[in-house]
Amino acid sequence: MRFRVRRRVLYQVGIHATLLLILMAVAFPVYFAVVMGTLSHQDAYAFPPKLVPGGELWRNVSEVWQRVNLGRLMLNSTVVAVAVTVGKIVLSILAAFAFTHFRFRGRVLLFPLSMITQMLPLPVRIVPAYGLMASFGWLNTYYALIVPYLASTTGLLLFRQFFLTVPDELPDAARVDGAGPLRYLVSVLLPLSKTNIAALFVIEFVYMWNEYLWPLIVTTVPNMRVAQIGLKMMITSERTAAEWNIIMAGAVLIMLPPLVVLIAMRRQFAQGIAMQSTK
Amino acid sequence: MESKFPGYRLLPYLLIFPSVAVIAVFLVVPFAQAVQQSFYRTSPFGTTTRFVGWDNYVQIFSTPEYLRSLVTTVGFAGLVIVGGLVASLGIAILVTRRIRGLGFYQVAFIWTYALSPAVAGIIWALLFDPAVGLGTYVIQLISGYRINMMVQGTVALLIAATAAAWNMLGYNICFFIAGLQNVPKEFEEAARVDGAGVWRTFWRVTFPMISPTTAFLLFVNMVYAFFQVFGLIDVMTQGGPGGATEILVYKLYRDAFIRLRGNFASAQSVVLFLMVAAAALFQLRVATRKAVYSR
Repeated sequence: MRFRVRRRVLYQVGIHATLLLILMAVAFPVYFAVVMGTLSHQDAYAFPPKLVPGGELWRNVSEVWQRVNLGRLMLNSTVVAVAVTVGKIVLSILAAFAFTHFRFRGRVLLFPLSMITQMLPLPVRIVPAYGLMASFGWLNTYYALIVPYLASTTGLLLFRQFFLTVPDELPDAARVDGAGPLRYLVSVLLPLSKTNIAALFVIEFVYMWNEYLWPLIVTTVPNMRVAQIGLKMMITSERTAAEWNIIMAGAVLIMLPPLVVLIAMRRQFAQGIAMQSTK
Repeated sequence: MESKFPGYRLLPYLLIFPSVAVIAVFLVVPFAQAVQQSFYRTSPFGTTTRFVGWDNYVQIFSTPEYLRSLVTTVGFAGLVIVGGLVASLGIAILVTRRIRGLGFYQVAFIWTYALSPAVAGIIWALLFDPAVGLGTYVIQLISGYRINMMVQGTVALLIAATAAAWNMLGYNICFFIAGLQNVPKEFEEAARVDGAGVWRTFWRVTFPMISPTTAFLLFVNMVYAFFQVFGLIDVMTQGGPGGATEILVYKLYRDAFIRLRGNFASAQSVVLFLMVAAAALFQLRVATRKAVYSR
């Protein structure tokens, strides 16, 4: 009996030790990057590399902030990511509401819409899509960075799945009380959807903050660039001798917003993933 | 299904209109134009456009650079997908062994999902910087050999693939954990009682039951390794050295926006579409087969 207890404890300790070791290995590259961001020029060139943080973080940050106008880039990324996220949530709620609460011919579109968005990622339409932006006069504007992203099948399917679980009595009761569909959507369905909205917010904010290829081609003036392109600007301006301490100070700032959003809303995010994986 | 609000005939169309419009204008129309443009060729100064039939496609498959890029992409994606999924499944299995702290590990592993491919690329470019990288140093300690990803193609490809797989770890682990938690414990226990070992139980019971998750992740990782990884390649190697990491999406970008050969690039887009479409249909088939396995 005691033997079995001890075996169980050993088993638990063994798994935890393995997992913590893996965790440290996975996190190490980021640790190394953060340390680099705190080093002076001289320490950054040490070989073997330094593994203990230095005291130059603020100097490096203010340096990179000026060099690529990082404040403006981060502002652009914030505007674009928030606008796209909110827009996607609104549009997908409206569409999911239509697909779950009405009987209409347009319902046949549900499946094609979700397949189309899966099968048409940016690279398969990139040249004409760019041409479209040029003909709209949208190059170097927020429009080009926001509008083409507004439809989201991830959101549509997530909300559809959730709306299907809402008991029929709710819309029936709303109807009896004299509330129209939009009234019902806003005052009954929306408050119930808080978790799903939060989950989609994380998914789409992270996605949009991290977009790279489209912002790279539809913006050319430095003022309209987004933070991700700032990474490229930091590197190419230092191509000859990479000033890694400056670059990493910038990289750490750029990776921070999506990281904070994800960690702050991790519960809702995990629930969103669980729903997606059982669709 | 009954309409929950009978009598509103126009409203549902108004509700889906914004989504349908965005998808039509920014996805379907440009794709249709790409297909059309792939059969034409515009002269260098854009003065004349003429129909050339399958010429652009013939050119694709007779250009050594394209074929090389195709091989590079398959190798790169293979490493990212297989390596990444095996590692994440292994970690997810450990996390879902009946231990305490499942919630902690879930959060502790998910965060790589928040890092963009470009950020992952820049971090790993630092890690394996030929002059100051810690990875370079450690490999030199172990093997006595100093690698240089700025010069050695295979080294660059391996490092880029590792960075990409690392970037996807959080996402993959999260989905595998969710999938594994959906497998009823009784099934595994029944197999054990029947005398199946751990290994056999996993392959015969657990693995088939998470096949929809695996198929979904195969697709997501393929899209990642084919397309989203663009930012990683762009900050890390820009396709180099000597084209060793020039995957298809990077070649497409250079042909379209640097060399300005729009028609040739559009033909490449159509070829990429065929690959994604095949993968999406495969994923759909496996996902709908779920019913057979789970009930």
